[in-house]
Amino acid sequence: MSAHQLAFLVLGVLILVSALMVVTVRNLVHAALFLILCFAGVAGLYVLLQAEFLAVAQVLIYIGAITVLILFGIMLTRKITGGAQPPLASHWKAAGAGAGAFLLLLLYVAMTGQWQVSDQPPMDSTTTLGLALVTRYVLPFELASVVLLAALVGAVLLARDETR
Amino acid sequence: MEYVVMAAKAVVVFALVSGSMPFIVWAERKVMADAQARIGPNRVGPFGILQSFADALKLIFKEDVVPTGIDKRIFYLAPILSIIPALITFAVVPYGGPDLKLFGYPVGYVADLKDVGILYVFAVTTLGVYGIVLAGWASNNKYSLMGALRSSAQMISYEILLGLSIMGVVIGSGSLSLVEIVQAQATPYFGVIPGIWLFAQPLGFLIFLIASLAEANRVPFDLPEAESELVAGFHTEYSSFKFAMFFMAEYINLLTLSGVITTLFLGGWLGPGVDRFPILGVLYFSVKTVALVYFFIWLRATLPRLRYDQLMRFAWKVMLPAALINIFITAYWVAR
Amino acid sequence: MEIPLSWYLILAAILFAVGVYGALARRNAIAILMSIELMLNAVNINLVAFARYVTPRELTGQIFAIFIMMLAAAEAAVGLGLVLTVYRNLRHIQVDEINLLRS
Repeated sequence: MSAHQLAFLVLGVLILVSALMVVTVRNLVHAALFLILCFAGVAGLYVLLQAEFLAVAQVLIYIGAITVLILFGIMLTRKITGGAQPPLASHWKAAGAGAGAFLLLLLYVAMTGQWQVSDQPPMDSTTTLGLALVTRYVLPFELASVVLLAALVGAVLLARDETR
Repeated sequence: MEYVVMAAKAVVVFALVSGSMPFIVWAERKVMADAQARIGPNRVGPFGILQSFADALKLIFKEDVVPTGIDKRIFYLAPILSIIPALITFAVVPYGGPDLKLFGYPVGYVADLKDVGILYVFAVTTLGVYGIVLAGWASNNKYSLMGALRSSAQMISYEILLGLSIMGVVIGSGSLSLVEIVQAQATPYFGVIPGIWLFAQPLGFLIFLIASLAEANRVPFDLPEAESELVAGFHTEYSSFKFAMFFMAEYINLLTLSGVITTLFLGGWLGPGVDRFPILGVLYFSVKTVALVYFFIWLRATLPRLRYDQLMRFAWKVMLPAALINIFITAYWVAR
Repeated sequence: MEIPLSWYLILAAILFAVGVYGALARRNAIAILMSIELMLNAVNINLVAFARYVTPRELTGQIFAIFIMMLAAAEAAVGLGLVLTVYRNLRHIQVDEINLLRS
């Protein structure tokens, strides 16, 4: 087993265990912390895949921004001593069965699919991505900024206290 | 072998950065005392230079008070989470040029991430907010929580400014690598003025300076721990060694941010004679960084604290437009 | 290239299934948001893995991953805005108890 494979296995176990904790743990703040761990593992996978820019973007966006937002949400809607209610809905068994069946389908596709693996070396990621975003993908890029603007306005409108 | 060298460099830089922290605290107390016409610490060692070590000993031997009703695991995790990001930023800050070699290995920096460089600094800086938020929340104390929420709102707002204000430097240098950003500052303007980005990007420098003050929770942006309003803010409930860790994180952050500003705007290791004697670069880098630390301490002795609404309004209504204008001007100047 | 592509696909499949389970079984609205982020991450792993193994000279998958990250950020902001509005009106965010329309 090579060092790369070992790193993959370690990261894989880290990602899956922390993901499982996210969906099962009772305390939501702990769940958010496991979510950070999971995101960090995924960033590690990106480094293994030689996508350094995405690895940093993952830390910057997911860990640095989204999870902070989620923590904010948890702190604003819950007391530290709260959370006596069961974390899972009454239909959790059915949900588990559905997710399990879906997993089998995904695994079937992942194992049997034939992909043409290219052996060329990958491009230098940041430069290529930057060029692609302002040439070939410039329209989606501009659309993305419109989506972000809409989300910004929407979030402010939703969260505003209308009594004031 | 490459990794062994990198690990050795990391250990040395780690030791130097955390070892310089007591002296920064001492320097801050001395400079503040001077500014207020006092003498400052002068009993422990010559000029009181060992005062920080005495304080550290005192902190370690104090009783470790653990309040009731807290979330214990997060309470213990928070100080660790706040000190790690402060320490690992220095991994990409070049304190000497690529010519500085020891046994054929470049020792001027721990690692040069060509593709991400400066983005790594921001990614790590954003992690600093977790220590504060979790400390405030786990303490189960309303002053702590309010300090934590204030500080996270402040840090998220000013992170955006940090990112936007260096865009001018990145566009001008054409690289994200910190080593290449410093090298881009080697050519003098008009053959005489040092080619550092401070002169070409004064607006960017000013915004970055203010935003890093806010990011490090320094005066005039030290609202998270505003004593007169919030007791001690997010670390109200912390004592003994856990408090010492927050304290250390704060000062190491100050040093790190000074190092980053030196690299981005003040030409890093560059200075007269560096091409012939690369070891001089380390000296230049240290002098510039220490000068910045002194500047931050001086600010603390001079400025009053901003009010919270002023702070947020200032970030979003003044600094953000200014940073955007700076990007547009730089882009126009480069594209011309 | 010593790691086979299928390893990444299997890992992403399991991660996605965990996310699906969380989104279906959790009661708290914020926990459901977190599960959705897990699913988006699983998708991103697949996209980046395909970009690395199948089209290493174009990186189309990485571009898609960037767009997904951006949409995830927008989704988190709007989602939390919704959650906070619900919390203000009902004082809880348990999705299986939000049934004001039921007579």
